[in-house]
Amino acid sequence: MMHVTVVDWLVIAAGVAAIAWVNWYFFFAERTAVIANTGASGRQEVTVVVRGGYEPSTIRVKAGRPVRLAFDRQETSSCSEEIVFPDFNVRKFLPAHQRTIIELTPPKAGTYEFSCGMSMLHGRLVAD
Amino acid sequence: MATSNLTRTGTPRIAADAEKVVIPVSGMTCAACQSRVQRTLDKAPGVVDASVNLMMGSATVAFDPSATTPRALVETIRSTGYGAELPIDDQSAFEEQEARDRAQDEEFQDLRRKAIVSGIGGAVAMVASMPLMAAASHTARGAAADPFMRWVMTSLTPVLRATLPGLYAIPADLLSYGLLALTLATMAWAGRHFYTRAWMSFRHHSADMNTLIAVGTGAAFLYSVIATVAPGVFVAHGIAPDVYYEAVVIIIALILTGNAFEAKAKRQTATALRVLAKLQPKTARVVRNDLEVDVPIDQVRRGDIVVVRPGERIPVDGEVVSGQSAVDESMLTGESLPVAKHAGDRVIGATINSTGAFRYQATTLGTDSVLAQIVKLMRDAQGTRAPIQKLADRVSSIFVPTVMSIAIATFVAWFVALHISGAIGGAAVVHAFAAAVAVLIIACPCAMGLAVPTAVMVSSGKGAEMGILIKGGEALQRAGDVTTVVLDKTGTVTEGKATVTDLIPAAGIVREDLLRYVASVERLSEHPLADAIVRVAKEQGLTLSTAEDFRSLTGRGAIATIDGHTVAVGNEALMNELGVDVASYGVDASRLSAEGKTALYVALDSRMAGLIAVADPVRPSSRAAIDELRAMGLDVVMLTGDNQRTAEAVAREAGIDRAVAGVLPDGKVAEIARLQAEGRVVAMVGDGINDGAAIARSDLGFAIATGTDVAVEAADVALMRGDLMGVVQAIKLSRRTMRTMKQNLFWAFIYNVVGIPIAAGALYPAFGILLSPILASAAMAFSSVSVVSNSLRLRSYHAA
Repeated sequence: MMHVTVVDWLVIAAGVAAIAWVNWYFFFAERTAVIANTGASGRQEVTVVVRGGYEPSTIRVKAGRPVRLAFDRQETSSCSEEIVFPDFNVRKFLPAHQRTIIELTPPKAGTYEFSCGMSMLHGRLVAD
Repeated sequence: MATSNLTRTGTPRIAADAEKVVIPVSGMTCAACQSRVQRTLDKAPGVVDASVNLMMGSATVAFDPSATTPRALVETIRSTGYGAELPIDDQSAFEEQEARDRAQDEEFQDLRRKAIVSGIGGAVAMVASMPLMAAASHTARGAAADPFMRWVMTSLTPVLRATLPGLYAIPADLLSYGLLALTLATMAWAGRHFYTRAWMSFRHHSADMNTLIAVGTGAAFLYSVIATVAPGVFVAHGIAPDVYYEAVVIIIALILTGNAFEAKAKRQTATALRVLAKLQPKTARVVRNDLEVDVPIDQVRRGDIVVVRPGERIPVDGEVVSGQSAVDESMLTGESLPVAKHAGDRVIGATINSTGAFRYQATTLGTDSVLAQIVKLMRDAQGTRAPIQKLADRVSSIFVPTVMSIAIATFVAWFVALHISGAIGGAAVVHAFAAAVAVLIIACPCAMGLAVPTAVMVSSGKGAEMGILIKGGEALQRAGDVTTVVLDKTGTVTEGKATVTDLIPAAGIVREDLLRYVASVERLSEHPLADAIVRVAKEQGLTLSTAEDFRSLTGRGAIATIDGHTVAVGNEALMNELGVDVASYGVDASRLSAEGKTALYVALDSRMAGLIAVADPVRPSSRAAIDELRAMGLDVVMLTGDNQRTAEAVAREAGIDRAVAGVLPDGKVAEIARLQAEGRVVAMVGDGINDGAAIARSDLGFAIATGTDVAVEAADVALMRGDLMGVVQAIKLSRRTMRTMKQNLFWAFIYNVVGIPIAAGALYPAFGILLSPILASAAMAFSSVSVVSNSLRLRSYHAA
């Protein structure tokens, strides 16, 4: 029994496939993007549902114009209790089951990441 | 959607002074609801323009602040039957803190309840699984697979057999199914949020701590269920149908316990903020229509006269109009001695009056108040990130998928290794499975996420307690790197207020008389030094006489007739002009001038009556603070617009070895730039008004808060009391905080770097050590608690 059997190869292949899938799913799979509605005032508005993550997690906006994000936190999990926009020096507490408004203006085109207070949940503000 | 057309756009006639508020409205489900709220708002007094948006669930209202308030608008909307909340932005920092506290308190209570119940469940499961273990040697089913449990089992079985013989009479099948039910109940009730949150995250292509717990315990549970319901499947492949029920229950109980402790500890990180928020009195006694009435704090208006009795907390900021007292301001400024207050002095809301009584006029209120500004600064600071956190963030964001990959690799490696070395398939699966579950359970991303923010949180609270407001993680980090401290002279090293420092009366003249004569003359003078002399005389309780025939002699001094005597106060030139012999005062005069003081000669009826010296004295604490800064290895430089002699005198007294005199405000900026060009990290300490540009240019700007404006824009650190000890404390606290952050990050990293390989079985080949998933869960639960606790140690830090 000192040699590698078919069973071993199958387990190895399944393991490699599982690892590949995990990495693809969490790092590379396509996320849904939402384009902010632009009101008559020129302000771009998006509601983001916070529930184990951000829905939508990618928000497309126009650079140089104010963006109004309404974070609607529909859970009590402490993981999502804070929202952080590092590029804008914003860290805000999101009360559970409430909408918290965050207003910011992306100065130039680019991707601005946002995350929960512990950098586990992620979203992106893509300005162009 | 047609309803979105109902969003009204702003009318062009919005008054210039109208304010705008966006109020979240809940319960609107249709266009009719929307128009109802819209109509009500349109009719409400003070509303300039309202726009209700069904899609956003909000009402944007432009209103006249003199006619209505956001709070009244919220009430208006509520009157229509829909829910409305004051938007978080408009809630005061106090209320936000209260909301956060409530949420954290509920979370803690919930976690504690669940931890206790599942802990009891875990104990029951442990006992109930003992007979299964004992029976495992006889039958092929139902053994506990967790290595830790096996150890517990062998040590406890004899005791249990003696005390609970009945337990061993229960059929194994019944026990197995009983355990299944207990485990399922625990997972569905106490552990429910792990699974629902993991699933939510998964749907968003993200993974967090819940994912690891859910996958780890879920896999163990499924394995056990198959072993219970269809043991044949395992047996047919030569695998022992072991169960992990008690492990699942105990893991959940331990993690919940850890989370409960963590929630409690996290709550404590905001203690300082909570203490501050609670300082705000709820009512104030104001004078209305000549009557003293108690009114809620939000009804106090600027200009109201507030009455404060002995021992009371001062309700709002203001300026004393009558009465006097001493006020304990320690809670806001860190100043331990009570501060004397007379008419014209500023009092700060939330400080405590001692024995006197006084009336004062309310100045800044609500969010402009000093207390609210402090709380806001603290909250903002706690919202910033320290650059040191970047690494932790980078690791956190790839952490969970990486750990999952390691767990899969662990399973494969164990399986193949055991298989090759000849173990039967069953044993290989059991070991490989236990190791993979242990990897998932031991990995803890939380500790890394908590390492820096909790330290920033506790340290900004600690700073505020000492009257030091550090504006964020970056400032904290830079404060630890400062090499050179630049001090502005006036108001920083010195009091910033001239006073009489020396009185040298001639023979036969009483000190008080000398001061009284001079003050009586100077009362009519407009010279800046005159104020200081008059103030000191009044403070000493001297009654000034009326001056007659007052003459101001520009550049020389002043002469007047006081109580029938001709009194001349001025420089040597004036005395020479009047023919007064000053020869015997030459030594004293040149000594005073060398000390940076302005010496004035006083002549009474053409005879020398003495010398009086006026100067902006060095603060009593400056010397000690500067010595301390130097002891900390920092270079200290003083900048001043004054002349060289004064600068040198002050520098000598304060123990500063480098003073740059005659510097204009632009020059200060240039001087700082020059120091920076030498590769120094420069801190600039000033009053924030005249030194704004220099403070902004420096690497770390300290502003000594003056007046009601706490938040000096350009500064990184606001000092609530004019005392250089604050600079020492701020730098010490920052250094200490940086050390705490580094310790936290080190332990959080090292914990995972060491823990994960051990859980994966790295020590097994050499030492035969394999970590049980139960021990892994205990380690995981307490790793984040230990990080938060380490940050909390900053609370007891005493900066000398």
